[in-house]
Amino acid sequence: MTLDQFQQDIDRLRAEAISAFEMVSTAEELEAARIQFLGDRSGQLRSIQQALGALPKEEKPAAGRAFNEIKQALTDAHESRLRAVSRARVEAALEDPTMPARRVWRGAKHPVTLVIDEVAEIFRELGFTIALGPQVETEWYNFGALGFPANHPAMDMHDTLYVHGDVLLRTHTSPVQIRTLQKYPPPIRILAPGDVFRRDFFDASHAPMFAQVEGLCIDEGISFVDLKGMLSNFARRLLGPRTKTRFRPSYFPFTEPSAEMDVQCQICKGAGCAVCKGTGWAEILGSGMVHPAVLTNVGLDAEKYTGWAFGMGPGRIAMQRYDIPDIRLLYDSDVRFLEQLAE
Amino acid sequence: MNASYEWLKAFVDFDATPAQLRDLITAHTATVDEIVPVRQDLASIVIARVVEASPHPDSDHLWFTKVDAGGGELLEVVCGAPNVTVGKLYPFAPVGTTMPSGIKLDRRKIRGIVSNGMLCSSKELGLGGNHDGILELDVDATPGTNFLSAMAVGDTRIVIDVGANRSDLHSHLGIARELSAVVGAPWRLPGIPGLPSPISAPLTTKVEGTTASVSIRVEADTKTRRYAALVIRGVTVGPSPEWLVKRLESVGGRSINNVVDATNYVLHELGQPVHAFDLANLSGGIVVRRANPGEKATTLDGVERDLTQCIVIADGRRALAVAGVMGCKNSEVTDTTKDVLVEVASFDPQGTRISRRQLGISTDASYRFERGVDVEGVPTALDRVARVIMAVAGGSVDGTPADIRGTAVAPHDITLRVPRVKQLLGDEVPSATCQHILTTAGFKLLSASETELRFHVPSWRTDVTTEVDLIEEVARFYGYDKFSDEIRPFRPTTTRDDPMWVDARRIRDAMVGLGFLECRPMPFVKGADNTHAAVANPLSAEEGFLRTSVLESLSRRAEHNLAQRIGDVRFFEVGSVFHRSGQAMPHEHVHLGIVLMGHRRPPHFSEPQPPMLDEWDAKATAEVAARAAFSGESVELALGAGTRLWELRNQGTVVGWVTRLTLDAPVWAAPAFGIEIVLGRMVTEAPAPHGGHNYAEGAGAPTLNTVKYRAIPTMPPADFDLALVVPNGTTVAQVEAVVRESAGELLERLDLFDQYTGEGVPAGHRSLAWRLTFRHPERTLRDKEIEGRRAKIVRALEDELNVRQRTS
Repeated sequence: MTLDQFQQDIDRLRAEAISAFEMVSTAEELEAARIQFLGDRSGQLRSIQQALGALPKEEKPAAGRAFNEIKQALTDAHESRLRAVSRARVEAALEDPTMPARRVWRGAKHPVTLVIDEVAEIFRELGFTIALGPQVETEWYNFGALGFPANHPAMDMHDTLYVHGDVLLRTHTSPVQIRTLQKYPPPIRILAPGDVFRRDFFDASHAPMFAQVEGLCIDEGISFVDLKGMLSNFARRLLGPRTKTRFRPSYFPFTEPSAEMDVQCQICKGAGCAVCKGTGWAEILGSGMVHPAVLTNVGLDAEKYTGWAFGMGPGRIAMQRYDIPDIRLLYDSDVRFLEQLAE
Repeated sequence: MNASYEWLKAFVDFDATPAQLRDLITAHTATVDEIVPVRQDLASIVIARVVEASPHPDSDHLWFTKVDAGGGELLEVVCGAPNVTVGKLYPFAPVGTTMPSGIKLDRRKIRGIVSNGMLCSSKELGLGGNHDGILELDVDATPGTNFLSAMAVGDTRIVIDVGANRSDLHSHLGIARELSAVVGAPWRLPGIPGLPSPISAPLTTKVEGTTASVSIRVEADTKTRRYAALVIRGVTVGPSPEWLVKRLESVGGRSINNVVDATNYVLHELGQPVHAFDLANLSGGIVVRRANPGEKATTLDGVERDLTQCIVIADGRRALAVAGVMGCKNSEVTDTTKDVLVEVASFDPQGTRISRRQLGISTDASYRFERGVDVEGVPTALDRVARVIMAVAGGSVDGTPADIRGTAVAPHDITLRVPRVKQLLGDEVPSATCQHILTTAGFKLLSASETELRFHVPSWRTDVTTEVDLIEEVARFYGYDKFSDEIRPFRPTTTRDDPMWVDARRIRDAMVGLGFLECRPMPFVKGADNTHAAVANPLSAEEGFLRTSVLESLSRRAEHNLAQRIGDVRFFEVGSVFHRSGQAMPHEHVHLGIVLMGHRRPPHFSEPQPPMLDEWDAKATAEVAARAAFSGESVELALGAGTRLWELRNQGTVVGWVTRLTLDAPVWAAPAFGIEIVLGRMVTEAPAPHGGHNYAEGAGAPTLNTVKYRAIPTMPPADFDLALVVPNGTTVAQVEAVVRESAGELLERLDLFDQYTGEGVPAGHRSLAWRLTFRHPERTLRDKEIEGRRAKIVRALEDELNVRQRTS
């Protein structure tokens, strides 16, 4: 065989194949034509490739280029015809393209989980890791180590569900502070999300169990300035870059000074409305400098180490964010409620 | 704590409006929840002048008047008061006003003449007083002026959320002391009309005392800190003067009679609860003692109560009051009372708490005693209440008041190190500023050096016991908002993510991807067996126990949806379950629970009735969940026992199960399936002894087992189908084991794709069909090689399981 013959075969094949591709009208026919010309085992292009091997050595480069060119040309021709054939089929079937798409069941995280995840992301950027702790606790972890005075009105806010003896269902996530400080040396930066329990009857804004997120930061040189900086940064990241915050005195047995953080009321933007009772501010979290007694209770030198802590309720943030009017919706697990927040 | 704006103004001179005062108190002392105009119901009342008045032509007691209410025209108003006088000013309610009584004024005819509103009496405005006739106003105001803005009835109530530590803030005095430090003006006790001169100082003793021949004994086991009393003879019990009624109403109280009102006035003014007994009903001396077992008395609210565990004030015969909580009917001050014994005490906070809980009633008094009443404030309060009673009810103090002190509370002296202030607060607060703040807040400076200030803590600040308490005082009076707000450089934490959190996140993502909805239900259940831990004080019997399985909660949630006629339920939860462990702490484990029921896909016009989720969907879901839960570990689903369809085993240990759920379901409901996977145990043991720590090396999240990449095959596969007739009792797993064993390592996939029974299959058998896919990593398999394997497999199946190829 000569190069001329080889070239003639190529030209003939090109003409045959392209006209064959043009003649088909269905994907099945096109596939048959593809196998006839481009098939891996017995396609006609394959015979051409085999003929290439029989050419004299000096003619092989030119023949190789010619072969590559036709291979590309036929592949392109096939693909372009395939697109045309497929579209024709789809269009024939879709006489009414306004008919609804096939649906799939959509999954969703619980709104409280969504808020917890978002809070966690914000603090992770600032070097916090996630700590967890048990929901059944002892009085020492839940109250004693945190400096709650026994038989004191401070306990009234923590009306407790007991299991037996000094075993209780934790009333806040703060026991995780103690457990973490017993396991890890400073510097400590943790975020502790979890469910907590109070002996509160169910109503539109109270539940006997609710989620809390606790934050704790302990090291040398940590101060109230860090607390303010970190928490107001958090508010801006959660609620928007222009979110204003204010800190006001409060009381928690395990922090001193204690500070409640407010954000400017999201509804009236600070002008005062019924939701914020005219103050222009809405409470978002409680915080404070870790009380020296708490550090002493885990064997740390309270003269050397200082730190801050905060606690917040992701359920309340979820209710505000998603306009959920009744806390019971968070627990009922009504499919129609949960599906609304599918992303 | 309800405070009155006007009352505070009587203590301290300040310019702040109620809203500004709210912000000041919130910024420095305690959060003000809201400010409420006390007499908002009078907002539409205006001041009007009577310009003409003539007798009503058709009545012998009504007046026909013309009134200037500032509207430009004179209004015709019919008035029934005998004292209506031309030229005088009166409060006027225009048509449309809703009166404090709730009646709305209409334009209506009275004996033939239309009346355009009403001239009001004090009583009609809810201002008290029993005067006949309309309220004559002695003010210099133009007609039409808003009544509230011209008269001193428009007080504002300031509702303060006082922290549990600040017992001193439950009084106007307490708030005034703070305000005084904030605005830099001194405080003084408010003036009172007709206040007599100070009474003689009490005689201070221990255990026993006497006043006006009434002996008083305080038993030590009551832990009473101080008990003072005096006798006032010759009081005239009657209505209180207007200023007193107004003060009590401004804080949400109501007037009872002048003597009782005086005691309540002092409670709100000084935070000191006071009780007055009718001396005539006392028999023998007073004793403060613990109640006898089973002792009963009827308290002032008319309820007979069991006083066991309470501390009582008694005479020789019976209990006269529950100490710190409420008085008893038997010694109540009534209209006929002439002589009173006035008690001013500081009872034990914990004792009061026990009494209050025993009786189940909380009062203004018990609230304050539980938080602690200033022991050193007792003499001031005794003097104040005696003089207020005498000012409003007459009478005079008989003899020297008694004052019995219990165990003295040691005075607190605390050193403040100035560098420690900066260490904790982050910004420097100069020593002089600290000193100024604390002295104006009532702390007495004992000594001062460059770096240390020593203070004496005032008696009312029982919450201040350590240096950090002083630092908080400095911070809040200086102003939280003055401190910088910045993120300073920090060192990385030694902690690592809890592995359970890492797992839970991955599992949630996997389940959401499968189209499941996350639930966060309560972990309480009602039914129980001996594995359930009980809640000792549950809110209801429905919530009496802690769940041992997440499916217990999810089943109830599924039923809730079925009751709403929702049958497509795909739920999951990652949550804790609890198992009873005798008297030890219950064992807490974190489980993944999954419930699935209803249609496999949402209906669509192309498939109006999609198939229902079945056991095989449950098994598939369990496999995906298990892969997410035990990433990289080999978990197998084995045949389950009992109600369990399958069990998940991780290296032999059962770590989960798939079950059919029995729900309280309507007839139309599809079958429900449940999956429960044990993710791990929550450590409830103490990591270290109380007061210490135990830093473990390498704690934290382990490295996940990762799946390794295998080269993508480059050689073509070879496959064939194998249809077998399998006797009942032989499982797919058994068949597959033999196939794998005899096929050799080139078998890449083994997929069961059909099951059939019926025509052509002998009874007691089923036909099962597999597709076998072989592949050699380096070369194309020859037909002969495949045929050889097929023959070997068929032979092995016949020999080992008596399973034959299907021929038809």
